[in-house]
Amino acid sequence: MLAIAMAMAAALTTACKPPPPSRHDPDAAAVARGRELVRQTGCGACHAFPDIAWPQGRAGPSLVTFDEHGPIAGVLPNTPANLAAFVRDAPVAKPGSPMPAMPLSPREASDVAAYLHGLADD
Amino acid sequence: MIDAADAFDVWWGWPPPVLDPAGPYAHSVTVLAWALFALGVIVTAIVALAVFVAVAGPPRWKARLGGEKAILILGVGFPAVVLTGLLVWGLTLTASLTDPITGREPRIRVTAHMWWWDVEYLDAAGRVVRRDANELHLPVGRPVVLELGSADVIHSFWVPNLSGKEDMIPGRTNLLKVQADRPGRFGGICAEYCGGPHALMGYVTVAHLPADYDRWLAGGNVSSGPANPQHVPGAMPASARRTPAGQGTADPKAAPQDGEALFVAHGCAACHRVAGTQANGLAGPDLTHVGSRLTLGAGILPNNRGTLQGWITDAQALKPGNRMPAYGNIPAADIAAIALWLEAQE
Ligand code: HEC
Ligand code: HEC
Ligand SMILES: [Cu+2]
Repeated sequence: MLAIAMAMAAALTTACKPPPPSRHDPDAAAVARGRELVRQTGCGACHAFPDIAWPQGRAGPSLVTFDEHGPIAGVLPNTPANLAAFVRDAPVAKPGSPMPAMPLSPREASDVAAYLHGLADD
Repeated sequence: MIDAADAFDVWWGWPPPVLDPAGPYAHSVTVLAWALFALGVIVTAIVALAVFVAVAGPPRWKARLGGEKAILILGVGFPAVVLTGLLVWGLTLTASLTDPITGREPRIRVTAHMWWWDVEYLDAAGRVVRRDANELHLPVGRPVVLELGSADVIHSFWVPNLSGKEDMIPGRTNLLKVQADRPGRFGGICAEYCGGPHALMGYVTVAHLPADYDRWLAGGNVSSGPANPQHVPGAMPASARRTPAGQGTADPKAAPQDGEALFVAHGCAACHRVAGTQANGLAGPDLTHVGSRLTLGAGILPNNRGTLQGWITDAQALKPGNRMPAYGNIPAADIAAIALWLEAQE
């Protein structure tokens, strides 16, 4: 009985597994969470974002035109997974990157990536 | 440009939580405010009624309203009684907010600077036990006396959840009692225009359970209490507030020992004090415990390695006009090393 229930649950979860996130069609809820995370972690201390009036720091590149930047930080293919890894721990994703690791969990980092890709699509 | 809405958003959103008292001294003010509001409504209603009677009432009522008795009661007696009552209430309440009850309450000296706060925790003999900045820690459930002063111009101390505003005047010490009855974080802000980035001069008050407070004062580490629904900076995402040690430290130049030398070499020590090092400057906030603070830049940014580096690189972009220069000329690796070292100063 229990085994059947577990098998069914497993089948259900695989059936409902979302498609891998796409950089062109980010999930709206993830975008909203990502935006709030960007505000709360203080990414604005180094970057300008188009929809965050303040702060707009200058230690990093402006992300207002992030969609035109090409590869992430000049080297990484601009995929959701790469972007999430980069915003969470840039020096590991791109050795030598001057952007410091930021206090985000992997899940939060993928929300932030969705937010950034949402900017890019405008 | 930074407008007031953004700045308020940084602390509480609009309006400030003036109707959500977290302690007796804010509570008494809230009660008085509601009483004034209710009286205002009653008086307005009486006046409206009197106007109605005077214009459209039956002649007998009109005559009564214009009579000597009505004028003496409504025009002289009522205002005299109500206003005297309110005056006595207001004055005793104001006095109760400022005079120490026993003289044995914990004392904290808060000195305002353009545009940050110097905070000194005093022992019974008035000696400084712990020096910090831009953050105020309180024990829950007992009154604390604040000695408020200023190093330059007039500022005003205001934590809406805990008390009314109190001016901070150069050359004078104003006393203010605060008490928090529940643990939590409460945003504070300078409430008297003091020039330049005045709108970005805030701080966070953290109320601890008494045992935690004693531990904190003795230099121990305590969690900063449950984040209440109120948004204050430093309310970080669910994950670790701080970048885990080891993460992102692949660069050998970023060893914390270098940070101290670079801090001195780049002249930071001229303005900042870090106890136990040769850094002894007084023009900026004490950084001895900067790693344990919730915020940076006087309550405006969450505190983590990223915001620390962003602040050091270009504090002028984040808080225009503040008295710390921008350091775009220092190599990013040096700033990273300094930030790593500062982050370890708890
Ligand atoms: C000319 C004096 C001066 C120098 C030099 C200076 N600072 Fe500052 N610093 C300040 C002042 C003033 C503030 C407070 C700014 C404010 O919030 O209005 C400050 C704030 C800070 C803060 C935030 C503290 C907090 O709790 O909010 C940090 C961190 C800091 N400085 C680090 C540095 C470092 C690192 C250097 C050297 C690269 C440096 N400072 C050089 C004056 C200075
Ligand atoms: C200390 C300042 C600092 C902070 C804080 C910071 N960054 Fe960065 N960021 C940088 C720098 C510097 C670069 C350039 C990195 C490189 O070239 O390797 C960068 C690069 C980036 C890039 C790549 C830009 C491009 O055009 O390819 C993105 C995206 C990014 N940051 C997002 C974020 C997010 C999201 C946060 C908050 C979680 C954040 N950053 C916090 C400094 C910072
Ligand atoms: Cu002010």
